[in-house]
Amino acid sequence: MIAFLIKRLMHAFVVMFVISVISFAIQSNLGDPIQQMVGQSVPESQRAELREELGLNDSFLVQYGRFAVNALQGDFGYSYFFNEPTTEVIQRHLPATLELVIAATLIIVVFSVPIGVYCAIRPRSALSRFFMSVSIIGISIPVFLTAIMLIQLFAIGVDFSPFPSGTGWGQWLNGLLSTEGGMPSYGRGNDLTHLFGTWDSNFFSLDGLTYLVLPAVSLASIMLPLFIRLIRAEMLEVLQSEYVKFATAKGISLKRIYFVHALKNTMLPVITVGGVQLGTMVAYTILTETVFQWPGMGLMFLEAIQRSDIPLIVTYLMIVGLIFVVTNTLVDLIYGLVNPTVKLTGKPA
Amino acid sequence: MIDKKTLLASLLGASVVLPLPALAQDSSSDSDPVTLRMAYDADPVSLDIHEQLSGGILQLSHLTHDPLVRWTKDVKFEPRLAADWERIDDKTMRFTLRDGVKFHTGNDFTAEDVVWTINRLKRSADFKAIFDPIASATAIDEHTVEIKTHKPYPLVLNLATYIFPMDSEYYSGETEDGDPKDEIVKNGDSFASRHSSGTGPYEVVDRQQGVKVEFERFDDYWDKDSPGNVDRLVLTPIGENATRVSALLSGDVDFIAPVPPNDLDRVRADKNVELTTMSGTRIILMQLNQKRVEAFEDPRVRKAFNYAVNQQAIADRLMKGFATPAAQLSPKGYDGYNDSLEPRYDVEKAKELMKEAGYEDGFSVTMMAPNNRYVNDAKIAQAVATMLSRINIDVDLKTLPKAQYWGEFDDRAADIMMIGWHADTEDSANLFQYLTECPDPETGAGQYNAANYCNPELDEKVAQANVETDRAKRAEMLQAVEKALYDDAAFMPLHWQDLAWAAKKNVKLEPVVNVMNFPYLGDLVVEQ
Repeated sequence: MIAFLIKRLMHAFVVMFVISVISFAIQSNLGDPIQQMVGQSVPESQRAELREELGLNDSFLVQYGRFAVNALQGDFGYSYFFNEPTTEVIQRHLPATLELVIAATLIIVVFSVPIGVYCAIRPRSALSRFFMSVSIIGISIPVFLTAIMLIQLFAIGVDFSPFPSGTGWGQWLNGLLSTEGGMPSYGRGNDLTHLFGTWDSNFFSLDGLTYLVLPAVSLASIMLPLFIRLIRAEMLEVLQSEYVKFATAKGISLKRIYFVHALKNTMLPVITVGGVQLGTMVAYTILTETVFQWPGMGLMFLEAIQRSDIPLIVTYLMIVGLIFVVTNTLVDLIYGLVNPTVKLTGKPA
Repeated sequence: MIDKKTLLASLLGASVVLPLPALAQDSSSDSDPVTLRMAYDADPVSLDIHEQLSGGILQLSHLTHDPLVRWTKDVKFEPRLAADWERIDDKTMRFTLRDGVKFHTGNDFTAEDVVWTINRLKRSADFKAIFDPIASATAIDEHTVEIKTHKPYPLVLNLATYIFPMDSEYYSGETEDGDPKDEIVKNGDSFASRHSSGTGPYEVVDRQQGVKVEFERFDDYWDKDSPGNVDRLVLTPIGENATRVSALLSGDVDFIAPVPPNDLDRVRADKNVELTTMSGTRIILMQLNQKRVEAFEDPRVRKAFNYAVNQQAIADRLMKGFATPAAQLSPKGYDGYNDSLEPRYDVEKAKELMKEAGYEDGFSVTMMAPNNRYVNDAKIAQAVATMLSRINIDVDLKTLPKAQYWGEFDDRAADIMMIGWHADTEDSANLFQYLTECPDPETGAGQYNAANYCNPELDEKVAQANVETDRAKRAEMLQAVEKALYDDAAFMPLHWQDLAWAAKKNVKLEPVVNVMNFPYLGDLVVEQ
């Protein structure tokens, strides 16, 4: 166990090292940060001075060496735009992103398990077919579009009236097709609950939650169908297995077979995929946060790219790399708990 | 327009402010506090108004500070902190300052503050260049300042629009860390980048960079005649165009800028929202590099390129009417604007000129343009490339994000490059100095002249205009320069980008917006 964790720690170091080298290597393609810092009429001599001051003229190895030495001491440099240590900037933006990911995960868990199980138990029912076709659509629509559609439907509202509005039935049908709007369309709102440090939460007030709904739904929209289909497929397979047939023959109640014996075995591959997807979801927050102006890491990263804020870009990439390694480690640990035959250390059983 | 939570918050805010004097007789105190929630595409990078010379910082300057004079809608001067001014001689201008003006800290505004501010401007990397002509500023008495220039200089008033006096007492001394409070730091923390005290209509009460800035009306604001009735401003940066428009249409914010051209119709169609547009002063042009392409040294070829491009079509169809076709650099209202110059578009004429110059069969060129800097920049470049194909020019076009583009621009990496320019001084001479003068790294002339066009005669004329203090005479000289550039087809002018703001119906934007794109929000009226 300890050996496994130490091994993973080494992995994390290697991953972060590789990421930092790569992001440093591409920085010359990320544009000139000086251009973003100064006005248009600043003469070249001034720019050169500033460039020298920031050490941008040094060779790649010198710049990387300087960065690596500082990074090992926990100093990842100053953001050009925020004028603050990059780690502080990220600390401030991290809670918003985590909350969004947590909310989306909750939505995914709450909906995918029952729907997936139902679709496996009643594969031919009309409702199952409906879920399956909707999930295909869900997978194929990009997050960006989902987000904009959600805003149009629930924040701005649509007035759609193909039926004659003079008649009672027409009005009723029009009412069904139109939406009111009124949901907040951007940001986290003002009603945040302070937890600790830089963490202000949306979870503890009704107003805060309304701000969370649309971004979380659009972030979940890409993963939810995937999980519904995954759980359905796994469950179908498990339901064909010998021990389920045996349990049925033994007369154990169907409910118990479905939700205790079958579901448990269904969840193994789901957890593996889930762990990997959790990391991917952090990456997807870039799109969701941009559309909803959600003040998290994703939006911060996109803006950092536009401003060529290289220290912030490098730190963000390294931290996301770390998140990937940590979630994968956790998944492996949970895997061991769910299925004791899995040996983490890789020694022969 | 006021929802419950903002009302509650502003009531709380007001109760903190109330103990201060001078609000009691104010008529706005018996009605509800007015909050304006606004969304721009970016928030100011710093509270230090001398850190960067950019639109965002100037917009901030007009909120927290007041200039000595400011531009009116028709590009004339309006007295602000300077009540009056007079030219003493060719090199000296005397400003009489307004009496009874207070800074946010409560300090009195005096001539010393103006002198201090000008000296600080001369130290700022971004402002240094435009304040170079000023030799000195002296306080004659408490309310009189004299500004002397090295040479006779006609644009002292233009510069005065950039002088937003700062509270010299507040910024004097050192911080706890031992840094001087008045230092200007581009990359790093400074006192002035986080603290602000000006004479402006609004004080900053809360600022979270990249999330929001909150302002509250300054109780002791000197301009009692200002109709402005907004008590609280909340500025949220929303970089994503679609989201910014959605926030307005869904009623989450009251005022947005800029409005993306693709959404103009959507905004216009909404019955709760009003769109305000105006012809802007930013010129978009293409530069034909004579150093890279021999053919561009021939004025006939350059003219042919100009004749081949249909500016009107680009403005009408591509920009959806959101641009004014241009034939010169100076927009209407500038001294150099020459109203005899019209966009030329005539493909037959263009072909003829190419034939005359011996390039009937055309040639290949490379073109570069940014794809996220100006409105529809990449599409404009594509349209121009297609139009040039009609005179057998084969264009290899590459578009890049602005962060990468400017590096390529500095390297003059393509035969044709796109650039947009807004004169910091709101004056034609600035356009010539940066875009058409013979490039000279020593003086910084022609810093953005990627055409490498060089006509020393014209440069001489601009230099003369810059020491001519007779405004009418000077305008004549500048207009002559525009005409000469037009006849010589020194570049391909495309259009002036229009400006657009949108707000809820009860927000009376029209009177406070201007071509400089610094809405004077201190004077904004929101009807209850």
